[in-house]
Amino acid sequence: MKKVGNHKSFSKIFFSLAFVLVTSLSAFSQDVAKGKELFNTNCAACHKLDGKATGPALRDVASKYDKEWLYKWIKNSGELIKSGDAQAVKVFEENNKVPMTAFPQLSNEDIDNILAYTSEPAPAAPAAVPGAPVVAGNAAADSGVSNNVILGVLSLVMLMLVVMLFLVNNMLTKIASAKGLEVEQKDRSVMNLFRAYAKNQFLVLVSVVVLLLVSAYFAYGWMMQIGVDQGYEPVQPIHYSHRIHAGENGIDCKYCHSASRVSKHSNIPSLNVCMNCHKNISEVAETTLAEGNEFGVNYNDEIQKLYDAVGWDKSLQKYTGKTKPVKWVRIHNLPDHVYFNHSQHVTVAGVECQTCHGPVEEMEIMSQHAPLTMGWCINCHRETNVKVEDNAYYKKIHEELSKKYGVSKLTAAQMGGLECGKCHY
Amino acid sequence: MASNKKYWKSVEELNENSSIVETLRNNEFVEPIPVDQFLGDKESLSSSSTTRRDFLKYVGFSTAAASLAACEGPVVKSIPYVVQPEEIIPGVADYYATTMADGFDFANILIKTREGRPIKVENNNLEGAKTGANARVHASVLSLYDSLRLKQPKIAGKDATWADVNTKVKASLEDAKAKGGNVVVLTNTMASPSTDALISSLVAKYPTTKHVVYDAVSESNALDAFQAVYGVRALANYDFSKADVIVSVGADFLGDWQGGGFDAGYAQGRIPKNGMMSKHIQIEANMSLAGANADVRIPMTVAQQKQALADLYYAVVNGAQPKNAKIAKAAKQLKDAKNKGVVVTGLDDVNAQLVVLAINNALQSVAFNPSDAILTRKGDAKAVAQLVADMKAGKVHTLIMNGVNPAYTLANSKDFVAALKSVKLSVAFSMKEDETSSLTNIAAAAPHYLESWGDVAITRSNYSIMQPTIRPLFNTKQFQEALLAWTDNTVTYYDFLKSFSVTSLAGKSWNQAVHDGFVASLASPLTVVSADYASAASALAKAKSSNFDLVLYSKVGMGDGQQANNPWLQEFPDPITRVSWDNYVTMSKADAEANGFKNWNVANGGLNGSYATIKVGNTTLENVPVIIQPGQAKGTLGLAFGYGKKLGLKEEMQVGVNAYALYANLNSNQSATITVADGEHEFACVQLQKTLMGRGDIIKETTLEVFNTKDAKVWNSVPMVSLDHKPTAATEVDLWDSFDRSVGHHFNLSIDLNACTGCGACVIACHAENNVPVVGKSEIRRSRDMHWLRIDRYYSSQDTFAGDVVVKEEASGLLDSIDTFSGMEDPSENPQVAFQPVMCQHCNHAPCETVCPVAATSHGREGQNHMAYNRCVGTRYCANNCPYKVRRFNWFLYNKNSEFDYHMNDDLGRMVINPDVNVRSRGVMEKCSMCIQMTQAVKLKAKREGRPVGKDEFQTACSAACSSGAMKFGDINDSESEVAKLVESDRMYHLLEHIGTKPNVMYHVKVRNDK
Repeated sequence: MKKVGNHKSFSKIFFSLAFVLVTSLSAFSQDVAKGKELFNTNCAACHKLDGKATGPALRDVASKYDKEWLYKWIKNSGELIKSGDAQAVKVFEENNKVPMTAFPQLSNEDIDNILAYTSEPAPAAPAAVPGAPVVAGNAAADSGVSNNVILGVLSLVMLMLVVMLFLVNNMLTKIASAKGLEVEQKDRSVMNLFRAYAKNQFLVLVSVVVLLLVSAYFAYGWMMQIGVDQGYEPVQPIHYSHRIHAGENGIDCKYCHSASRVSKHSNIPSLNVCMNCHKNISEVAETTLAEGNEFGVNYNDEIQKLYDAVGWDKSLQKYTGKTKPVKWVRIHNLPDHVYFNHSQHVTVAGVECQTCHGPVEEMEIMSQHAPLTMGWCINCHRETNVKVEDNAYYKKIHEELSKKYGVSKLTAAQMGGLECGKCHY
Repeated sequence: MASNKKYWKSVEELNENSSIVETLRNNEFVEPIPVDQFLGDKESLSSSSTTRRDFLKYVGFSTAAASLAACEGPVVKSIPYVVQPEEIIPGVADYYATTMADGFDFANILIKTREGRPIKVENNNLEGAKTGANARVHASVLSLYDSLRLKQPKIAGKDATWADVNTKVKASLEDAKAKGGNVVVLTNTMASPSTDALISSLVAKYPTTKHVVYDAVSESNALDAFQAVYGVRALANYDFSKADVIVSVGADFLGDWQGGGFDAGYAQGRIPKNGMMSKHIQIEANMSLAGANADVRIPMTVAQQKQALADLYYAVVNGAQPKNAKIAKAAKQLKDAKNKGVVVTGLDDVNAQLVVLAINNALQSVAFNPSDAILTRKGDAKAVAQLVADMKAGKVHTLIMNGVNPAYTLANSKDFVAALKSVKLSVAFSMKEDETSSLTNIAAAAPHYLESWGDVAITRSNYSIMQPTIRPLFNTKQFQEALLAWTDNTVTYYDFLKSFSVTSLAGKSWNQAVHDGFVASLASPLTVVSADYASAASALAKAKSSNFDLVLYSKVGMGDGQQANNPWLQEFPDPITRVSWDNYVTMSKADAEANGFKNWNVANGGLNGSYATIKVGNTTLENVPVIIQPGQAKGTLGLAFGYGKKLGLKEEMQVGVNAYALYANLNSNQSATITVADGEHEFACVQLQKTLMGRGDIIKETTLEVFNTKDAKVWNSVPMVSLDHKPTAATEVDLWDSFDRSVGHHFNLSIDLNACTGCGACVIACHAENNVPVVGKSEIRRSRDMHWLRIDRYYSSQDTFAGDVVVKEEASGLLDSIDTFSGMEDPSENPQVAFQPVMCQHCNHAPCETVCPVAATSHGREGQNHMAYNRCVGTRYCANNCPYKVRRFNWFLYNKNSEFDYHMNDDLGRMVINPDVNVRSRGVMEKCSMCIQMTQAVKLKAKREGRPVGKDEFQTACSAACSSGAMKFGDINDSESEVAKLVESDRMYHLLEHIGTKPNVMYHVKVRNDK
């Protein structure tokens, strides 16, 4: 089945490519590649080729309107509307009266190129792509099996060795008895061994003590893990990928978690922050969508969940007013008896978010990176120097303290960062 | 060898015929155990499906489940805004200026909000603001979260909509108009020009409407007097900072006299500067806050006070010589001070009020400011009496009330309640389903002032704006909005207010006025219209008293009783008696002995007292607890308003007796008889030791003369200890290695005993800032109060504290000492009083730190004594080793515990909790942290902005709340700061200096003006 599918799509692509080639040749050699570039830099913020965004879909727009009119519209739509052009007013009203940015910098040739790009027929969905990761997964599974085989073979060899030794021993004993040689046989039964052990009170004492110590060690270790949720990776109501946002798109953490600059909390962004971008991004790229399959998630569906929550009607490009706040599962939970302030660390100390939160830009699903225990805090305070440069607050105290301790750089601990009352009140 | 000895277990066994012995021979207990009570109910036993096995299963399962659950962290949900308001950042506090106006307390304040909910009241320190935020103003934020508030309008006790209410009221108004029936709008003093305008428009539309203003605690006589002289219904204003000699005749101007708010000015004049400080003479019956702070206090009955006031008048105006030597001296000092003298009175008598205006005018006193008159009291006692009479006569068609509760606050409330039935339609705008609103046809749910828009003219030079700091919590509507609806005005009250206020903003923009919270302007001068002082004075001179003079007053904590369901205020100890959760009749020791009243301490330390029955006219008030009050004038009684409320309060708050029952004709001076009643009352008093026992080193005090003429070593001597058999100053001896405290910040709190009036605003501010739990009356009685900050009040045993020291020094030999000291425990008849706020002293060598077995309490470099609650295991060693007794132990879990049904037990009440401070659990020691969360926040702000901390930027909750300037907080390593200068002052001393704890809290020697 898969093969057939591949074949079909291949032929489709082939034909469409051929078609594109023909049409582009016929269109006075306009540069589709250049047009694509121009489209992505200038138009893509508000327009999609297929489907409505802030502005209408642009595929085949050249066939809908007169070219001269389009030049005027793109260069300054506002003027056109003001002049009372009936078509312009109609378009303006059809699109929720959102004025389009004027692009006087685009030449007619540029616009031709863009129109050429928009005039390309829609490509068929490439079905071959999802196949790739499956193969990769198999390969990974294969290497896992081979490791197991090696281990299995090794243990089989060991087992054979044990059996052989036992057999050799038996053989030798038999030979010895056949030759009349008396092998001194000790009574090695388990009962006797235990009796001997029980008689030796010292040994009993030592083993009891060892047993207690070992169990205490493990019990302590287990108990110290209570309430430590390192690696906590709950399922969230919306599958939000930090990998895509912070990693691939390189969005600064503090763009969304803006409160971390000024507040004790690093806020979970309110949904209006999401909509700054997602008003336009209602669908992800094909390749991204394919990546989502790896995690068993359809990113487009997740974006739709955001729209449902914030009350955004994609087709009408309007807020419906029906909101449904998202109940995120909080991952980093400090106990109530600790005061932690993000702005102190983010703004004043300039600590990278990743220092505590780990490689968030690689996390598809957010998880707790650090143990968030007091020992972990204290260690960092002992090792980290206070960022005193260019901060007039620290000028005096830094001079005095560095003289007192005879160091040029002060750690947070030397600044008083180990005092109980600095975090517990 | 058998013994013939017979052993017996109790005397009872000797009695051969005793039935008990016989019973005990057969049974283990004398009375059968009442098993039948729980097993006898066969029906419920048999119908129960829980078998013994099931029971064990449940127990086993729940134990296992509980222990498993303890190992697994709970799943915490976080719900961000859908659209975040720009001004709200989670975790960052916003401050809004607003104005409190509840008819009794008026103040320009700031409200601290977190995530959109108001959590604390702060003083508005802008120049020209009318602050004087007292304990009640600070506590008012908790009244917003009162779970017993009226949540929607009700018609005849059933939930209704606002549309229904408006239709019904309008129909009634139309009916009244058609039939010529009287409509009465009865409100408290709203002091709101825009509301007055709205009421006028209602009167214009329905001409039979009349507006009656009724203050529960009335200043009607003072208003009448001022109106007679100046033609304006207002109260004279005073600025005590300008006065050199203050003579108060029964005016508790540091309490609630004329609305209060005079302490800041008064305290300014009380701090000795260049060898000068004001002289304060108080003539009064009850021991009031003003009396406790006075240099000279003359206890007198009401009649004697009237005569004294007449004498003062004749002395100032006619130059006559008063007969009473003390009054003569006061009159002389007043005359010598010329225009720097001022007289005030709290006598509820129009003649007395007239005479005071006359004296101040005669002196041309600069402290007396009639032009900037106070507008926060407008109540008219005669109009209220007329209203009740009209209602009785069936002459009132529609009665609309706002902010009043006459069924509780009127002396003739029975008449009012009976007459209410003859009113066709009665409406009460109220926050509570109280005594009145539960009886009216319509109970209109009113919002709290923190949910309302409004304007308030506190004085003639002030125009304040009230802005909401939270959306209404319930389905409430402001009275003003209803007025707009009834006059068919479709604008919202906000729009109305905005356009109405244009003329009053004195050039400020609306936004600026809302931002500042007020607009200050110059008051147009008021001139004397007409006055007949001479006849007033002669009427005063003839005053006579019979029986006991009962002086009704309002307590600093409870005021007029509007906030009686506020647990912070109920638990707030009265500054004078140090009793919380009660009101009581105060009487002098001589009267108590003569009439058989007693106060005594029981084994657990609790204070008990006799009950009294008080009779005024035909009204009797029964079971009034008695407190013997040092300094109470013989022949007088004191009783506080605001208690004895029964509706709209949680059961725990229904304490005390209703003094309004004796408030005949809204006059606070009544003639009463008092008799002993059966039973004994249990008080919750937080201070059992009443006197200082001559320990002059705890509250150091001196006289102005000594202060001016002698060296500081004389009046502020450093205690000496022995080192190597040589006397050495205690401050120079150190058991410990000293830590270098010159680096970074070093916080100190300074308390000036001269400026501290004992008002207690700091106590409530501390509660609000630090989530201090309320523990309730029975716990307080067990001395388990949780106040991090207490204000100790001491009486002198002799006439003066200096006299106490002399007596103590002169005691010699063991027997003599025992006699002397037991005698010194009794306060004098008219003692000197001293207040001393005590909180954790943050000792640099703290005795608590060395005894903690788990190092839960340790010292910070910045001088604060830290307390890590989660580390504390509750051994209480620290509390035992603390010489200042400032550590507080959580004997119980005070939050989410129905045994302590105060604000922390309901979801609404917990909204007031400060998210930056821990809520402590059971078994943990807690104490003042010197508001470390506030100092940390200031430091962080400076760090973020990359600048040094500004001068006097550091504050604690108590120092920020202190309007008298007694408490100053700051960094002594910052030479610019005020505390750095205060620590160098020669009046500075530390508490118990000789034990070498090196505290970071300092006090300043109290100086009394003995001239």
